[in-house]
Amino acid sequence: MPDPTLPAPATPTGAAPAGALPIGAVPTGADAGRRTTPPGQRLPVLDVEGLGVRLGGRQVLSDVSFHLCQGEVAGLIGSNGAGKTTLLRAVLGLTPVSAGHVSVAGSRGRRPPVGYVPQKVVLDPDLPIRARDLVQLGQDGHRWGLPWPSAAKRAATEELLAGVGALHLADARVGQLSGGELQRVLVAHALAGGPRLLLLDEPLANLDLRSARDTVALLDCIARQQGIAVLMSTHDVNPLMGVMDRVVYLAGGRAATGPTADVVRSDVLSSLYGHHVDVLHAHGRVIVSIGDDAHRDDGCDAVPASAGVLADEPEPSRSGWR
Amino acid sequence: MSVLHAVFAPGFFSNGPVQAALVMGAVVALVCAPVGVLAVLRGQAFAGHAFADITSTGGSAAVLLGISPVLGFAASAAAGAASMEGLGARQRGDRDLVTGTVLGGALGLSALLLYLSTTRQGTSGATVSVLFGSIFAVSAANWPWVLSLGLPALAVVAAAYRPLLLGSVSPELAAARGVRARLVSAMYLGALAASVALSALTIGAVLSTALLVGPAAAALGLSSRPGRAMAWAGAIAVVSVWAGIVLAYDSYSWPPVGRGWPVSFFVVALVTAFYAVSRAGVRRRPRRQPAGRGS
Repeated sequence: MPDPTLPAPATPTGAAPAGALPIGAVPTGADAGRRTTPPGQRLPVLDVEGLGVRLGGRQVLSDVSFHLCQGEVAGLIGSNGAGKTTLLRAVLGLTPVSAGHVSVAGSRGRRPPVGYVPQKVVLDPDLPIRARDLVQLGQDGHRWGLPWPSAAKRAATEELLAGVGALHLADARVGQLSGGELQRVLVAHALAGGPRLLLLDEPLANLDLRSARDTVALLDCIARQQGIAVLMSTHDVNPLMGVMDRVVYLAGGRAATGPTADVVRSDVLSSLYGHHVDVLHAHGRVIVSIGDDAHRDDGCDAVPASAGVLADEPEPSRSGWR
Repeated sequence: MSVLHAVFAPGFFSNGPVQAALVMGAVVALVCAPVGVLAVLRGQAFAGHAFADITSTGGSAAVLLGISPVLGFAASAAAGAASMEGLGARQRGDRDLVTGTVLGGALGLSALLLYLSTTRQGTSGATVSVLFGSIFAVSAANWPWVLSLGLPALAVVAAAYRPLLLGSVSPELAAARGVRARLVSAMYLGALAASVALSALTIGAVLSTALLVGPAAAALGLSSRPGRAMAWAGAIAVVSVWAGIVLAYDSYSWPPVGRGWPVSFFVVALVTAFYAVSRAGVRRRPRRQPAGRGS
């Protein structure tokens, strides 16, 4: 089996718009993303180079490389146990890296400004913390001492809440928000530190279809308007198909990375999984069909059950969800 | 005037031990309230209870050795905090087993220590005062201990207020924000241990969790702001302690006449009543309706 994570030699020509390399794919040079800005004008925000992570003696990630520029939206795709959360935690500096390096906005070593929305935040409904308190903690939650209220802080908090369409929730207890509402407040919290990179762990899990679309549209809007690079994990590629510039596709600890159209392809994913994978396009949805069980090396390769949900997609995703 | 006399039995305000109890009880209540609110928010109410069991051993040992129980309370709570911090890295199920076993052992040991001091002194007074407390019997000599446990506990709450709150929402969020979680939680465990020791001094080792967790639990329904919830908890704790002292003083004229009821009973009963009333109010209050999709 060819090593799907082996980075191709760097091409000095600069013809390929993406620094992260489409694995096993012939570089097409065509950025299939919807964005029109020439890539050269974007500053790189996240650079992951040959990243390897070992946890408890198990190699969770090996040789993952990709980069992300200002204002780009990237999807971190993979099934349960593929290492999505581990990758995000490694970028945050919360999980030690065993090989390679991660650098955010070019600053190696120093704690970079990264916003993070963890996967599952379960809160007691009686928790005496309001949405505005949580967003405020995004600005100064790491500081020592008692907080002193100020008009400036209050205004900044309300602006952040308004930015995610959650100003009307400011005085609600965080434990009483719905899943979609809490997601927005957590995004406002994550943005409060003024990050250049926003990481979200399964932000669409447990959301209904409409909340999921709203969340994707919101994140896309944040990326475009504020120039923040957004990296979000999901087990289903479809909700992101219209907005995603770049894909980091994880399977068996390895990654296929690059512009969306260069990765979500039968040949690339077949190479990543090590056996034949079909990528089908139907009614604007993508169906990734991972062969039979005989080829799986563990139970983790089951892929999004996208098949059978074709009918509920009213329009091609590329033009929708804005 | 007669109503006042009916509530505050003659001599209440001029009684030295009563005055001392009012002041010391209020100080302990005001330390326990914010620490207790954080214990509830952080899901560490059980840790508080573990400290309570351990302090009974320390208090019993102190009585047997003839030293002040507060020394025993403080030393054993500190040892408990240190071992709990050590256990922190373990798997949860494993941790629960170790904690449960150690607590059982601690209570068993205190049974032996109390038996020994009872047989030696020929009275069960020590047993009652260690396990169930007696704020009227707390001497002024304990003031240095009360202050040196209470002030650092409050200082920890003030210093780590924001990291502690953020960690109570989600440890992941706090870590991502750059909070030094290990340091903050170790500091908090110290404050929790100190508060339990103070509470044990006031209402006894076995009951000490009641003053720590009860007012905090009652306060959660009363305000949606963390600072105000702490203020409510403080008010509930002080009112419970003071009213408990008043009732205990009054109870000298209740049957059996001339032998007052234990003050700890009144304090804990009042705290429990506050909690019940607060929960009933919360349940009657309509839940926030999901306000459409925010957009």
